Amino acid sequence: MTLFAFALLFAATVAAYMLNRAAAASLARRGERLHSLATFHGGFAALVVLLPVFLVILLWLLFQGPVISALVMGGLPEGVLDGLGKGEVSLIAAEIQSIAAGQVFGTPEPWKLEAAERLVRLRATSGTLLVVTVAALSVVLLFLARRTVAPEFRARHGVERMVLGILVFCSTVAIFTTVGIVLSLIYESWQFFRLVPITEFLFGTNWEPQIPIRADQIAGAGAFGWLPVILGTVVITVIALAVSVPIGLFSAIYLNEFASRRMRAVVKPVLEILAGVPTVVYGFFAVLTVAPALRAAGAEFGIPISPNTALAAGSVMAIMLIPFISSFTDDALAAVPRALRDGSLALGATRGETMLKVLFPAAIPGIVGGILLAVSRAIGETMIVVMAAGLIATMTINPLDSVTTVTVQIVTLLIGDTSFDNPKTLAAFALGMMLFIVTLGINILALRIVRKYRELYD
Amino acid sequence: MEDLRLTERLVGTDEVKIQARGVNVYYGESHAIKDVDVDILDKTVTAFIGPSGCGKSTFLRCLNRMNDTIDNCRVTGSIRLDGQDIYDRSVDPVQLRAQVGMVFQKPNPFPKSIYDNVAYGPRIHGLARSKADLDEIVEKSLRRAALWNEAKDRLDQPGTGLSGGQQQRLCIARAIATSPEVLLMDEPCSALDPIATAQVEELIDELRANFSVVIVTHSMQQAARVSQRTAFFHLGNLVEYGETGQVFTNPRDPRTESYITGRIG
Repeated sequence: MTLFAFALLFAATVAAYMLNRAAAASLARRGERLHSLATFHGGFAALVVLLPVFLVILLWLLFQGPVISALVMGGLPEGVLDGLGKGEVSLIAAEIQSIAAGQVFGTPEPWKLEAAERLVRLRATSGTLLVVTVAALSVVLLFLARRTVAPEFRARHGVERMVLGILVFCSTVAIFTTVGIVLSLIYESWQFFRLVPITEFLFGTNWEPQIPIRADQIAGAGAFGWLPVILGTVVITVIALAVSVPIGLFSAIYLNEFASRRMRAVVKPVLEILAGVPTVVYGFFAVLTVAPALRAAGAEFGIPISPNTALAAGSVMAIMLIPFISSFTDDALAAVPRALRDGSLALGATRGETMLKVLFPAAIPGIVGGILLAVSRAIGETMIVVMAAGLIATMTINPLDSVTTVTVQIVTLLIGDTSFDNPKTLAAFALGMMLFIVTLGINILALRIVRKYRELYD
Repeated sequence: MEDLRLTERLVGTDEVKIQARGVNVYYGESHAIKDVDVDILDKTVTAFIGPSGCGKSTFLRCLNRMNDTIDNCRVTGSIRLDGQDIYDRSVDPVQLRAQVGMVFQKPNPFPKSIYDNVAYGPRIHGLARSKADLDEIVEKSLRRAALWNEAKDRLDQPGTGLSGGQQQRLCIARAIATSPEVLLMDEPCSALDPIATAQVEELIDELRANFSVVIVTHSMQQAARVSQRTAFFHLGNLVEYGETGQVFTNPRDPRTESYITGRIG
């Protein structure tokens, strides 16, 4: 039925376009001077029909489920829901829904069967009502739109306004979605902080979140201090940047200024391919190649190295970040006007001096912005550390030790048994919240730095 | 053409500074400069004129090997600076460019302070032994570029904050700070207003006392005003080269006459 409603809407839209265009065209043929072209009259009518009816269908679909469900639950026989908790009521509702869908388990009570039948009936009615509403509304709008066709009617302005509205809507979708995500994060984090004091979370140095979810589980007593976890993230990020920033910068400088054209034609695409490697593949590389190699190297020198080191995860993450930093730097250097380069060379500066004293300083805003975005990525990177970093949160800055990161902990907390009234599960949201705040802060900083330097150099 | 001050021109010397013989320049397949011979005199302003795309800027860029920075550019023939072939293997283009300075069409100050812009060349070539030495070079260069009075109180401010004419004079100060022997100017006034143009032209005339100046210009009035020697380029050929007054009043080649009277170009 929904499909039919959409088909109807489509037909009405096309009809509105054709009708109004034809009407406007016939006016023009009679020698009237139209303000807008006939196609704009058609487009105006099409949008006038399409937008409101589309909105009605969407709202209908959004509210149909809850309304029907409320009607069905309200119509249950007296007394069957007495004394039941909220969870049990929603279980019954779900059971009725599945009976209505034809999945019957055991022998349900007759009142449930009855309710399921009513549910099916109500749904059918709702579908029919939707089609009727769409048809009626379309006809009314078609009629109203048809009446607007007149020589002096500014259909083009109307179309432009409506298209502008659509553009504004699309550009705010992402913003509103983000706001929704943040709100849900805040809500779940708040739930967590009701169970675990925020001071313990922020300043605690112990992280043992594997507490029992059900009464009969055997697990730890629990401790929710995030400091060792964020410290692990910081250690891995610092290692990743310490490796990737110099390599990325120097490779970009080489490619931009010194490489021959043939060299550049080979190296640049290869770097870009590196940027497209799935992070899970980097994870394999870290676990299967880098970590054992590190252990073997450590054994040579008699240094005990744990199998999941921060160094292995961080250095492989660095490989992931190299193309990122390199391409940002390359773009920033390429954006420096050629005139500056020529000016420096004409003064007898070598290419190296020109790079160091003119091109690089002028490109700093873009480079710093790129590096800070790389920091955000390193902090938020999940797959490599899930595979290559450890699970135990230890307060250490030794790169040869096993550390865990915020993202790893979020993943492990949400794997397996989850329960949204238990601090173990909710802790994931608190961690996510903190991660969000940190990366947001870094991104804001990146933007400010870029803006500050830009004022200086333009 | 009232401002063509075609008075007697005093050429400072007859000493040849740059001697070019049989110079050809190719950009990939296209032949940009065809067999050009020219003698550029010391302490003289030499103007290159000609229609757009005639090769005058290309030839100018040969004189300090700036064409080396263009990938597919090839130069043949000989260009001698004080008798030394500048395209010889033993010549370091970096050192050559310290001897042969260049000012570009569009002012291109570095995004640094005014002081650092002027001190850039002396610093990389190690011309100053002390901070005081460097200060003196900067001041001298800015004075010669007629920018000192405007800039002396704001030496630490970015050079990009100056007006267009001031920026171009800053670029000239930057170029003369390395005390070159030859100064190449590629349409130095084309981005400037008439007042700034007049200042730069005056400056060029003063620079002649110390340097050999080669200027590419689209404005024939400018060539007539500032130069003692004029070379007319057309389609990659050096059509005519001689004393400025003679080229403008009594051109030997019909193409030169057509150009300066506005029939081709």
